[in-house]
Amino acid sequence: MINYINIVNNGIIPFGEIPVLQYDDFVSLNLDFLKNESNHCVIYYGLPVKDNIQLISCIADDFDHNIKVFSSIIKRDDSLISLSSENLAFEKFEREISENFGIVFYKHPRPEPIRYSIDMFDKSKSIENYRFYDINSEQLHEVGVGPVHAGIIEPGYFRFICNGEKILHLEIQLGYQHRGVEKLFIDKKNINQLTILSESIAGDSVAGHSTSFINLHEVLSGYTRPEGLNFVRTIAQEIERIALNTGNLSNLSVDIAYQLGNAVLSRLRTPIINFFQEWCGNRTGRGLIREADNYFPFNEVLKNKLLLILTDYEKDFKDICENLFHLPSALSRFEKTGIITVEQSLSSGFVGTTARVTGLKRDIRSSHPYNYYKNIEHQPVIKRHGDVYSRARIRRDETLQSIEYIRNMLENVPDTNIHDKIANKLYPNMFGISLTEDWRGEICHTAITDEMGKIKHYKLKDPSFHNWLALALCVRNNEISDFPVCNKSFDLSYCGHDL
Amino acid sequence: MIDVLKILKNQGYQTINDVIGAKLHEKFRGLPVIKNIECKEECTKCMDACGTGAINLKPLTIDLGKCTFCPECEYICKIKKIDFTNNFNTYSNDRDALIINEKNQTDSLIIEEKIRKEIRSVLGRSLKLRQVSAGGCGGCELELNATGNVNFDISRFGIDFVASPRHADGLLITGPITKNMSKALEITFNAIPEPKIIILCGACSISGGIFDGSNAIDRKFTKNVRVDLYLPGCPPHPLTIINGILKLMHKQNFKNYINNAHS
Repeated sequence: MINYINIVNNGIIPFGEIPVLQYDDFVSLNLDFLKNESNHCVIYYGLPVKDNIQLISCIADDFDHNIKVFSSIIKRDDSLISLSSENLAFEKFEREISENFGIVFYKHPRPEPIRYSIDMFDKSKSIENYRFYDINSEQLHEVGVGPVHAGIIEPGYFRFICNGEKILHLEIQLGYQHRGVEKLFIDKKNINQLTILSESIAGDSVAGHSTSFINLHEVLSGYTRPEGLNFVRTIAQEIERIALNTGNLSNLSVDIAYQLGNAVLSRLRTPIINFFQEWCGNRTGRGLIREADNYFPFNEVLKNKLLLILTDYEKDFKDICENLFHLPSALSRFEKTGIITVEQSLSSGFVGTTARVTGLKRDIRSSHPYNYYKNIEHQPVIKRHGDVYSRARIRRDETLQSIEYIRNMLENVPDTNIHDKIANKLYPNMFGISLTEDWRGEICHTAITDEMGKIKHYKLKDPSFHNWLALALCVRNNEISDFPVCNKSFDLSYCGHDL
Repeated sequence: MIDVLKILKNQGYQTINDVIGAKLHEKFRGLPVIKNIECKEECTKCMDACGTGAINLKPLTIDLGKCTFCPECEYICKIKKIDFTNNFNTYSNDRDALIINEKNQTDSLIIEEKIRKEIRSVLGRSLKLRQVSAGGCGGCELELNATGNVNFDISRFGIDFVASPRHADGLLITGPITKNMSKALEITFNAIPEPKIIILCGACSISGGIFDGSNAIDRKFTKNVRVDLYLPGCPPHPLTIINGILKLMHKQNFKNYINNAHS
């Protein structure tokens, strides 16, 4: 019996061809797949089908470069065993399904709503009365932080249970940033609206999310991308990676009170994002990635400018990193702080840099290459210690790697003067999936079209969705004063999680 | 030690001295100019292309409070009626002044007589702001953080972002204001002592932006308070933010003030 269907990254299949399994078989297939280290769950969600719910699971196989898709149809009042009771990688996904449809998964370790979305099933619950774990001890105390934090940052609530200075447990409750993005993907019909929306999912990974959306929309329209568009999107993603990694190292310097690092790294970021401004008129790269079109051809002037910027940047960046990573006062804050183990990475399904610093080779650019990465034999940067130091080092190394990739790509610039027209009609009754690897980790967008060729269902996932749990786990048995540096070392998105 | 000195030497002096007179790259999409060119009859292309409904026709107007400064309308107009210039002075203290038309094209959208007296008399020399992100995607937050770096260095003008609303003279909001955040936003606002100002930063916070129409956002708060400054953009450029706040704070001669700050 065929119990799953293979699909490639940026691939589509007729929705009807997704195998529908009995829930028990669905559970065991999911668990069997995840026993293999090269597989991980990229997205698992529920879709209302008449009165029932169709659960769709997508497992990415890093080894054979496919994504395995399969589903199960359940009734709303079915009593279902939780996948999370066996594998924590499904924990967040199941909470989301419960929140949306009121399904109770028994044996779920933490059956609380995840983001208090506006259309949640149980409207009696509100974000103000989330039930945190509490303590019954005279020795321990709780520290609550949020939702408004000190500094210019998005909101979220953190509750620590501490013994003196030591953190025993951290619970992170998000949802304050919930804007109803997934619903807007269906409500908004115009492609320009959808593109702007995709750029606003997380304002610090504009290229990542808009590439994911546009790639998916193009494949659903049956458009074959010329190499020029692949080039533009990949260059944009790599520039974004350099900029955000640099900004992150600058912020880490703030948290360890290393003033020189902050000053130098924050000004180093400026010419990088100003290059975006020179290219497409916006410092965060908005307006650059458009469907079947490129308003801002990458010409010789831009090429030379970028090479010049990178040369200046690289030298100063290496100098300041050399200084930062040899500074005893910095190392004493970075090393062995906030450790994530490879077991945690595997069991909780962490992605992106968070997974790669524990030794896992999990990188969509190499396992499911898209756009120009098909021409780059990407070798993921791997670190093994899983601490703040590793997370800082991987940002340095990936930045240098991005510079090398950009230089190689610039040796042979394809024609980027592309203005194709495509019909505003998608293939009917299709399921499509698009994965990209942004500077945090893997982004996943999936869409289902109706018989009229309109988007009927849209589901997306930011890497932060997986990785917030990593922050909660890594601070255990650390001092509470190390929380900021741990938090900044992940630099996760609140709105990417809350949508 | 020698390494540090070397880094400092390479760093040089990076700060933009004259934040008022600074020129951005010509590609930057700032204040739009609507040219005096006759539109083709029944052409609605720019309005249709706009993702946030910022454009109205007959006569053609662009609402900067809704505009995300994307390239669509400029790109689609064959007669080049709309031109996004590199002028970053897109800020205003008046919501209506943000609606750009063919006629009212001046260098500054600030309406002097509408600025509250106490802003300049009490807060004119030092302004501490509490920023609250209420659904902000992180874009405005990036640029607000950038105002504090060595390039823009907003704190030399006596403007700072503080941790507690009790220390603040005003509230700066980013994001379309989500329902889940509306209560926390109100609590923060109430904790700020009088006199206090409100600044809305970014298209989302001014009008809801691309999220306008979502049932997960709740814009009651902005309707019940008096807004002192709008900073349009998606996200606004750091120079837009700095100049907007400076214009609000200082009555005149603030160019001298900047020069003095460096003498």
